Amino acid sequence: MKTVPCSAVIDGFDPTGGGLTRDAIGLGRVAEKGLDVRHGTILSLEDINVSFDGFKALTNLSLYIGVGELRCIIGPNGAGKTTMMDVITGKTRPTSGSAWFGETLDLTRMSEVDIAQAGIGRKLQKPTVFEALSVFENLELAQKTDKSVWASLRARLSGEQKDRIDEVLETIRLGQSRHRPAGLLSHGQKQFLEIGMLLMQSPQLLLLDEPVAGMTDAETEFTAELFKSLARKHSLMVVEHDMGFVETIADHVTVLHQGQVLAEGSLQQVQADERVIEVYLGR
Amino acid sequence: MNQPLTLTAAQKAGPKATVIALGLALAVLVAMPLLHLLPAEHALHVSAYTLTLVGKILCYAIVALALDLVWGYAGLLSLGHGLFFALGGYAMGMYLMRQSAGDGLPAFMSFLAWNELPWYWYGTSSFLWAMCLVVLVPGVLAFVFGFFAFRSRIKGVYFSIMTQALTFAGMLLFFRNETGFGGNNGFTDFKTILGFSISAPATRATLFLATVALLTGSLYLGFRLARSKFGRVLTALRDAENRLMFCGYDPRGYKLFIWTLSAVLCGLAGALYVPQVGIINPSEMAPTQSIEAAVWVALGGRGTLIGPLLGAGLVNGMKSWFTVAFPEYWLFALGALFIVVTLYLPKGVIGLIKRRGE
Ligand SMILES: Nc1ncnc2c1ncn2[C@@H]1O[C@H](COP(=O)(O)OP(=O)(O)OP(=O)(O)O)[C@@H](O)[C@H]1O
Ligand SMILES: [Mg+2]
Repeated sequence: MKTVPCSAVIDGFDPTGGGLTRDAIGLGRVAEKGLDVRHGTILSLEDINVSFDGFKALTNLSLYIGVGELRCIIGPNGAGKTTMMDVITGKTRPTSGSAWFGETLDLTRMSEVDIAQAGIGRKLQKPTVFEALSVFENLELAQKTDKSVWASLRARLSGEQKDRIDEVLETIRLGQSRHRPAGLLSHGQKQFLEIGMLLMQSPQLLLLDEPVAGMTDAETEFTAELFKSLARKHSLMVVEHDMGFVETIADHVTVLHQGQVLAEGSLQQVQADERVIEVYLGR
Repeated sequence: MNQPLTLTAAQKAGPKATVIALGLALAVLVAMPLLHLLPAEHALHVSAYTLTLVGKILCYAIVALALDLVWGYAGLLSLGHGLFFALGGYAMGMYLMRQSAGDGLPAFMSFLAWNELPWYWYGTSSFLWAMCLVVLVPGVLAFVFGFFAFRSRIKGVYFSIMTQALTFAGMLLFFRNETGFGGNNGFTDFKTILGFSISAPATRATLFLATVALLTGSLYLGFRLARSKFGRVLTALRDAENRLMFCGYDPRGYKLFIWTLSAVLCGLAGALYVPQVGIINPSEMAPTQSIEAAVWVALGGRGTLIGPLLGAGLVNGMKSWFTVAFPEYWLFALGALFIVVTLYLPKGVIGLIKRRGE
């Protein structure tokens, strides 16, 4: 219910990390007060292993996201992309390895709720909105505010908060549907609503699992613009199968395959990589 | 669970019509006990039988409302609300038994040749303490049960089965004579409440009015909650708990709050039921009682607040007619009703009225 204090610096943490370099491309240090991002890294996954009944979904996965970066994750079905997001958001606990948010928050020990409150937002692969509530109410619930029971019992929207919701409605182009129940929206609109909810939450790190699935070309293009405008101020991790979309937005691409990082670099670089061509692009 | 149906149907059906209907219903309910005070020969006299029957149904209506708060809004189907109702009833019953026993022990204890009150009976001769028990016993039990159930993320069918098991365990416990609550006979033969004869018309009228007040208060509270952000969080929790957690809400506190509140409302309803009906025994904790409550809510329309009240009224009205006319067919009728509702009236009677209105 309370945000986790972020001041305690964990001792004995080796900033040089393991195999991959920890030198994230620090595109900015606009991280919010409270989150310690001295090394320009907002997220560090190190040697993460996850297995489901003996099946290894992630194997020694290491990955670093820089502050303000927009990272795309690609990889064939079943590569472990969603599982990785589950680890970051506390839904799945890794069998070994570490996951740090900033320098000090150990994600493997935090609950889903604490992680969300600490500033990691997530869009699920299957668009999930509160179907019985109106579009406006969906955004209202997502907004960054005190989320305890007592606060909710007494909550009233301030003018400022209403303006913010209107602004986001404008951004996601759902102004016309503000009073419609979210369950009646089209697939693409639900995707936008969920993105809008993330905007309301204004997390420092956004995890977006296949955000443009089911969108029209125009909508996809618009989403690309939106994400690009979000980067720098926020850090984004986007999982997408749509290569055109990835090409438009990505600074940096990571290829996952069978629970491991296969390659990392610009899209051109990874597309030229032999192994990537073999397992993924040239199937 | 996903049908877009949270705004109270009443709001959509036109607030004016609803307010008028509610006002009329309230006027009738307030008039009834007053008419009961008229001399028996008077044409407008309401008999004690009628008043008791309606009073009993009103108590059930409060249970339906309480169940709607947890089931209709938070998506927690409780099949054990009868337990909280009965516990409230037993707490009130303890006081009433002490009233009839005077300085001695309640009759059933003398019958068991006990010569001392069990510790948990201490203080029950005080009305105030008994009222505290009415709130505390169901409230604390619900809180503790909910705390562990929600912490372990028990949901859906598993939650329902656990609540059903809880009420069943309660029934078995209260059936035992050694438990100290009169075994399978429970409590009956009440004489006075706060010194007033329990069967006097004025006492009956007062108890009835208190029930109407509790129902009105609960309904108001329900409306306020449903329209608050808290209510919207509950709905969100019902439809997409995962998403809600990723938004930074901890569902446990929300569930626990509404769950405990709901249990307390049931306890209060039980406390008003016992002096009006004149008996409480472990059959109130029978699993079928709690299942019946779920039928009232489903029939009326869950997540609508008003619907469950209608549901409780309709089913219990039918029940009292059936048990006089064709006693052996009531359970079949109830089963048939449930099937019809699930198949043809997913949104209950309220849904039907709403469709007519449009
Ligand atoms: N809860 C679970 N229990 C067992 N196996 C699981 C579980 N979750 C994921 N897996 C398996 O782990 C592997 C990785 O799944 P994951 O959903 O992370 O893949 P993905 O990269 O997101 O694929 P897609 O592109 O299809 O979304 C898959 O083989 C999947 O079957
Ligand atoms: Mg996936």
